[in-house]
Amino acid sequence: MSGRAGIVIVGASLAGLRGAEALRRGGYEGPLTLVGDEPYRPYDRPPLSKHVLAGELAADATALPQLLPLRARWRLGSPATGLDRNAKIVRLADGSSLAYDTLLVATGARARRWPGEAEFAGIFTIRGRDEAADLRAALARDPRSVLIVGGGLIGCEAASCCRDLGLPVTLVDPNPTPLARALGTLVGGTLAARMRAAGVDLRPGTQVRALEGEAGQVCRARLADGGSIAADLVIVALGAVRDTGWLSEGGLAADAGGLTCDGACRALTRMGVPDPNIFAAGDVARWPNPLYGGRLIAVEHWGNAVEQAAHAARNMLNPADPQPYAHLPAFWSSQFGLNIKMVGLADGADSVAIVQGSRAAGRFLAVYGREGRTIAAVSFDEARWLPAYAERIAAGAAFPPIHDATDQPAIETRPPGFPPPRPFPASRGRVPEAAHA
Amino acid sequence: MRVVVDLNRCQGYAQCCYAAPAHFELRGHEILFYDPAPPEAARGRIERAQQACPVRAISVEGIDLAEEDAP
Ligand SMILES: Cc1cc2nc3c(=O)[nH]c(=O)nc-3n(C[C@H](O)[C@H](O)[C@H](O)COP(=O)(O)OP(=O)(O)OC[C@H]3O[C@@H](n4cnc5c(N)ncnc54)[C@H](O)[C@@H]3O)c2cc1C
Ligand code: SF4
Repeated sequence: MSGRAGIVIVGASLAGLRGAEALRRGGYEGPLTLVGDEPYRPYDRPPLSKHVLAGELAADATALPQLLPLRARWRLGSPATGLDRNAKIVRLADGSSLAYDTLLVATGARARRWPGEAEFAGIFTIRGRDEAADLRAALARDPRSVLIVGGGLIGCEAASCCRDLGLPVTLVDPNPTPLARALGTLVGGTLAARMRAAGVDLRPGTQVRALEGEAGQVCRARLADGGSIAADLVIVALGAVRDTGWLSEGGLAADAGGLTCDGACRALTRMGVPDPNIFAAGDVARWPNPLYGGRLIAVEHWGNAVEQAAHAARNMLNPADPQPYAHLPAFWSSQFGLNIKMVGLADGADSVAIVQGSRAAGRFLAVYGREGRTIAAVSFDEARWLPAYAERIAAGAAFPPIHDATDQPAIETRPPGFPPPRPFPASRGRVPEAAHA
Repeated sequence: MRVVVDLNRCQGYAQCCYAAPAHFELRGHEILFYDPAPPEAARGRIERAQQACPVRAISVEGIDLAEEDAP
């Protein structure tokens, strides 16, 4: 770690910033450079699809606090465009090159766009603060009707903001309920009821085939079943693609699903060998998680970016003693007045049990099991129970959970109702992922 | 000044809301809404909120760091 080029971090957002801090905290004294595509210092994204859209916070108000002196060089507004692993050089869009001794890849992801989106005005995605500012401005111009394509976390949060603003909003998703892939349809059904009560025109089991416009402005969505929905503002919330394009020539195992790492956050080459000088953290990284039997997992949530960046930094500073990164995925979301918090990955669960509260009351804790083990838990406004279940999930405790008190009724388990996996090209296999998008 | 709350960690205990009611607010049963960019003049109250949080979920940029490394 004593080379003169020092450490270069590509991606100046949550994982990049927290990684840089962890390097300094860990005693790294050498040169440190952060390269960022966006012209802004690191900022927080979760408020963008919540308070920024609702007009409560300005899009530029969420800069992240820096927690210790970094003594870093910032190269903002000039994305990395290429990687030469032999020469140990990162190429930037402005034509310059940066030498590195050790590289941290923290380029995250960008919103998946609607094909041909640029054809019409009025089609938006939410990932960065510029996108959020544009969408906020459009919502403030009182659109006649908003259409949200995609019932994942960001689509649902955006729907909630639109209702808070009093805007008519329709949400379409091919699955039977919103958040069906993250939570299953049993729990997702509770959210569906909540959304409808808030006035969202929810259209599950519906697919948009095309967006159509008039005079350059989007005006309707054509559905797969032949129907149509009128909308002069469309929010495309179809998840994210990892920002790995700049790595394509580098010989690393990278694609739109992420950069594959070994268990110690070191990037793998296409031959499956770790490059000892390249690490990855945050949304861009997928790695074999020991908590899930070493399955390759990519996690697109805030908590992982923070934790994985610190872990990668630790391994960067201790190359002789690489430690595996074990992480229990977790996220929060707020929408329709509800605080939703989850730990673990529920996909693949074969049953679910409501262990606190009730779905009817709208406040509950649901625990997911697979083959007799507890694998995940989600809370709707019952967050205080979650930490106890996080411990049980990490320990692989028995499912269904057993009440301590003998006078409690036995816990009833139900099928969680996960939609069948999306068809993936067989050669790539199915990579489980936890996505905030 | 810059503030971020780790909302995975936050348990909605609301101690921060008592310490700095203008900048931390509990909504519904347990949603914490906070100001990520409070004015420097509020630093005393914000730091009291940070100290009051039983799960140490609140991060605040130190005054010495403001703009220190700004690009
Ligand atoms: C709208 C929204 C709401 C969210 N809400 C929540 C929530 O409520 N709870 C939760 O747990 N998680 C939430 N998340 C997820 C969370 O914000 C992400 O997991 C987190 O931002 C990941 O951090 P990261 O640093 O890995 O990646 P990113 O934040 O995506 O940052 C990557 C950075 O790298 C830059 N970059 C990309 N390519 C290059 C290049 N070639 N050269 C240089 N720089 C490059 C990008 O411009 C970007 O600034 C939300 C995300 C979004 C978008
Ligand atoms: S004091 Fe801490 S745990 Fe309580 S609401 Fe504030 S941030 Fe959350």
